[in-house]
Amino acid sequence: MAIRSLLSINKKKQKGVIVDRNKENSFPADLMAKCPECKKIYLTKELENNLKVCPQCDYHYKMTAFERVSILLDEGTFESFDENLRTSNPLKFPSYLEKIEIDSHKTGLNEAVLTGMGSIKGTQVVVAIMDSHFRMGSMGSVVGEKITRAIEKATEYELPFIIFTASGGARMQEGVISLMQMAKTSVALKRHSDHGLLFISIMTHPTTGGVSASFASLGDLNIAEPQALIGFAGRRVIEQTVREKLPDDFQTAEFLLAHGQLDAIFHRKEMRDKLATIVKLHAKGGVSNV
Amino acid sequence: MSKSLDFEEPVVKLREKIEELKEIAKIAEVDMSTEINTLETRLQQLETKIYTNMEPWDRVQVARHAQRPTTMDYIKEIFTDFIELHGDRAFGDDEAIIGGIASFEGQPITIIGHQRGKTTKENIRRNFGMPHPEGYRKALRLMKQAEKFKRPIICFIDTKGAYPGKAAEERGQSEAIAKNLFEMAGLKVPVISVVIGEGGSGGALALGVANKIYMLENSTYSVISPEGAASILWKDATLAKQAAEAMKITAFDLKDMGIIDGIVIEVAGGAHRDVQAQALELKKCINNALEELHALSETQLIDNRYDKFRKIGEFIEETN
Repeated sequence: MAIRSLLSINKKKQKGVIVDRNKENSFPADLMAKCPECKKIYLTKELENNLKVCPQCDYHYKMTAFERVSILLDEGTFESFDENLRTSNPLKFPSYLEKIEIDSHKTGLNEAVLTGMGSIKGTQVVVAIMDSHFRMGSMGSVVGEKITRAIEKATEYELPFIIFTASGGARMQEGVISLMQMAKTSVALKRHSDHGLLFISIMTHPTTGGVSASFASLGDLNIAEPQALIGFAGRRVIEQTVREKLPDDFQTAEFLLAHGQLDAIFHRKEMRDKLATIVKLHAKGGVSNV
Repeated sequence: MSKSLDFEEPVVKLREKIEELKEIAKIAEVDMSTEINTLETRLQQLETKIYTNMEPWDRVQVARHAQRPTTMDYIKEIFTDFIELHGDRAFGDDEAIIGGIASFEGQPITIIGHQRGKTTKENIRRNFGMPHPEGYRKALRLMKQAEKFKRPIICFIDTKGAYPGKAAEERGQSEAIAKNLFEMAGLKVPVISVVIGEGGSGGALALGVANKIYMLENSTYSVISPEGAASILWKDATLAKQAAEAMKITAFDLKDMGIIDGIVIEVAGGAHRDVQAQALELKKCINNALEELHALSETQLIDNRYDKFRKIGEFIEETN
């Protein structure tokens, strides 16, 4: 046990930030943190006050789903959906459910996405926030189902739908069922869209594979956080296929913006304000056709 | 005769032996019909045994067979008046997907499908049937065109996956696939998809949001190739055979899971053994599906597609 904890400390130091995983949904409990980008050392309190963005180089740390809710929605307005859904093991993969259990305990979530309803500066919205701390944010049946139900609620209540994606892609252990979640969420978004309703997709680090090739790319507005990794295929797979060195900024949000794949990149500090403005500009009352 | 696969080796050997005997009988002018008949009966039994007890990995081999009929082969056999239509109107023409208009049993129809090559040269031209974004955008353009003229759409799925390349990423591979899933959901005409070879991940699904989905008996449909699954799950690509079983990728698996509507039975040994007979089987399937779908209104078609995908997923719902 002692050796194991020593090892894990080493591992965390390599990543640059010391995070106390035992304390759910909290910022690092330790006093100091080192930015993995610019190597600056600062107080973790400082990082916390800065929305988990490096004060020196703007490196955006990963956030938990609950942290996002707290910086996005009006205080006390969030109501969570479908917490009673549990993952099953359709292909009977050994130790799959144990892994789910561990991540569920670690994150306080039933699966890799938190969905619900709340308000941004007074306007009601339905949100889905993926959490990459849960099985890399991969999409299995429960993730697909929670997102689909959230979209359907947004359609029913005629509300905007906002998603924060963070996912490595499909959940291997659920095989082709996980692939089909791409279609399930997409048909639900089509129906939401046909009702004239707004969908904003915000891609955060990382958004790849089946998630990037479905709902993440289907926003009326496709937004990203700075430096987020966004792509269909993995960098290593592409390097092996094309046998050439890829540019350093390949598959970053900035790379996608330059190639016309994104509407905009929003800094985390301005995210809430900008989203509130977008939602306000899409409130009913455009050109009247009477 | 096409190259044999490991699992069918005994059948091929016996068949060769019978041919040999027939040859000898002819040359030596002796009557060996009794021997030949016995062996032919034995061959039939062996064929039944081997081809009805195929393991998932055997089916993967058949699905990947170099001579397996492609979209173009089925178009020639099943449809008339086919005119190929090219290009996405934005960037280029991706030959890994072909599409066009044709006639099926007297009615106009749109056909779209992944297109592999059968020779190295053709495979290079068609990028081994692995599309770029412009391929998916061409497919969507042809689907929208079909919708305007109220033509049903038939999609043939046959790809290892969307191409993982630099240019594909730059031009929005993810967005192209996602857009197809989204737009196919709203098509006001009947859509039928048939997996004829490999159905690899999102690159396959991008032609698969259909009212009716079928798979040829020896085709596969999966979130990742058996090799990819093995290297991710067990860090060893050589365990592909085990992964092919564990991942549940055969037509029978998908039928059991309720994801596809039906299985098109293949000629013994695989579709490549008799393209005409296989095409006839496929034609019957398409005909029946179209008849069924013609009864639905535009709204019913869209709702039918919604309900079909809406119900896919396995989870536990706890009562509070």
